[in-house]
Amino acid sequence: MAKITMREAISQALTEEMDRDPAVFIIGEEVGVWGGTYAVTKGFYDKYGPERIKDTPIAENAIIGAAIGAAMVGQRPIAELMTINFAFSAMDYVVNQAPKLHYMFGGQFMVPLVIRAVGGGGRQLGATHSQTPDAIFAHFPGLKVVSPGTPEDAKGLLKSAIRSNDPILFIEHATMYQIRGDVPDEEYLIPIGKSKVQREGKDVTIVTYCKGLELSMKAADELSNAGIEVEIVDLRTLRPLDMEPVLESFKKTNRAVVVEEGWKSYGVGSEIVSRIYEEAFDYVDAPILRVTQKEVPLPYNRTLEQAALPQVPDIVAAVKEVLK
Amino acid sequence: MKKEQQLDLYYQMVLIRRVEERGAELYQAGKIGGFMHLYIGQEAVSTGLIAAREPRDRVITAYRDHGVALNCGLSANEVMAELLGKATGMSKGKGGSMHMASVEKNFWGGHAIVGGHLPIAAGLATGDQYAKNDNVTICMFGDGATNIGYFHEALNLAKTWKLRVLWVCENNVYGMGTSVERASAVKEIRQKAEGYEMKNSRIGGMDVTKVYEAAKEAIDYVRKNSDPYFLEVDTYRFRGHSMGDPERYRKQEEVKKWEESDPIGIFRKHLLEKKAATAKALDEIEARVEEEVNKAVEFAEASPEPAMEDLFNEIYAE
Repeated sequence: MAKITMREAISQALTEEMDRDPAVFIIGEEVGVWGGTYAVTKGFYDKYGPERIKDTPIAENAIIGAAIGAAMVGQRPIAELMTINFAFSAMDYVVNQAPKLHYMFGGQFMVPLVIRAVGGGGRQLGATHSQTPDAIFAHFPGLKVVSPGTPEDAKGLLKSAIRSNDPILFIEHATMYQIRGDVPDEEYLIPIGKSKVQREGKDVTIVTYCKGLELSMKAADELSNAGIEVEIVDLRTLRPLDMEPVLESFKKTNRAVVVEEGWKSYGVGSEIVSRIYEEAFDYVDAPILRVTQKEVPLPYNRTLEQAALPQVPDIVAAVKEVLK
Repeated sequence: MKKEQQLDLYYQMVLIRRVEERGAELYQAGKIGGFMHLYIGQEAVSTGLIAAREPRDRVITAYRDHGVALNCGLSANEVMAELLGKATGMSKGKGGSMHMASVEKNFWGGHAIVGGHLPIAAGLATGDQYAKNDNVTICMFGDGATNIGYFHEALNLAKTWKLRVLWVCENNVYGMGTSVERASAVKEIRQKAEGYEMKNSRIGGMDVTKVYEAAKEAIDYVRKNSDPYFLEVDTYRFRGHSMGDPERYRKQEEVKKWEESDPIGIFRKHLLEKKAATAKALDEIEARVEEEVNKAVEFAEASPEPAMEDLFNEIYAE
């Protein structure tokens, strides 16, 4: 095991898959000469050249549309969206084209496409560049939505995504590239569509993913000091959603808190809570709470922005609340 | 063009016409649902274009796609079955009128979002460029698609990356019910290609031999130079935009005037004048089409509905 950053994990997944399969190429804004706006593809342009590291115009429809077309004829493009907020410019391709083509033409077309997108707030980028709109994308059958919270998962899931024959939106968090974690030395894959228990506990189940995992792990340490042991289930994939580990944990703890960075209304938490009520109603001992972003467009001011984002104390408070 | 090929083009144009005329009847009878856009009047464009391609050249178009599907080599049976939503349609009844395709025939759809398939066309060509082959992608779209952002992003990318795409704008005067002059800043759509320093030309689209010749030349140019080409083709749809079109935006005299340039009539006259075919031979082709279309309707009506479990099949490839 080696301790590496999230950035290194994602970068390793990309190079390993590019070295393994010549059909894999990267397409996006500033992925090449610039080295990636989050430096994930730093050095790639020199190593692989302009044919495999394709710098594009700032034109999201062209980026995702062209990636879809290339995927349809057998290549395996990885399209990078500088931020997930720019997916809205290419919304037609992300939700209305890529996820439909296989089904709508009776299985004739395959779209082996990975769209890497950077989401999340906390970098004072203002309301249009800071969103966590994951739930919107997870709404659409035909698209797979993956969002890892550890370097190990990021690497293993991204490698699986690149090998998959389906369109996959792979969401990374803008403030998590520097987090460190153990990653196996040997090659490994992590299957898409499997939730994972990241920390075991008996008192309360926390269901979360991506940035929520980082915050929840910190909250868990604090709660542990107070004698409360939480179990953390990391969804890792939002669609297809694997509820088994969530339900299994909930049937043990009978109490849950869902932590996500997106807004509460119509969010990931809404889905998780509904499913628990539908499938494990008899096990519910307390109302299930959600810790989310405040329902505002994210402001620029650092203090205000942090006040709008979910924080560790919010999680601690919610866990204590469901234990009352 | 050899005589046999000319007769084949005549056959294809008549086949499109009769498949769609019967389709319209079936639609009126309630056997076809959703939107259905007829190609009647524009048959020479797709027929001439696709006749000029090599089998390895890819074709992609918008939702007015029945004719393109037939020209690419899909059978009347498959087209009719898809219109009726049957399991034997090429998209297994899940696509309908606007979503016909065949990987085997190198026909990449049938796309229903106006302009949405243009960046995908650039992508097909990007895939071919990446594979280092010299396939050409022929991308067809209407005049209406040239006013939307996709068009400009796709043309810009194609020129910047030197992609092998033949862009074919079928200017049929109206985007739904809004005429080119009410919707487009430039009246000659090929001028938009000038903005991307893209080689271009404008031709009449009612004479299939002219379309064929222009397409041959353009495809050759694209293949040899690895450079996109923009072809504006003037044509006209004799029917409404879709089956539910009140046609308040044009006068019947205008339609009648265009109908005098019926592409099938023009080609028939051409074949007779050049003595490429006798009237009897052409009548025989029409009779053969009639029989083929009758059989296609029978086939489609007798075909099974998709199985209920197919509802959940093929959402994902894996």
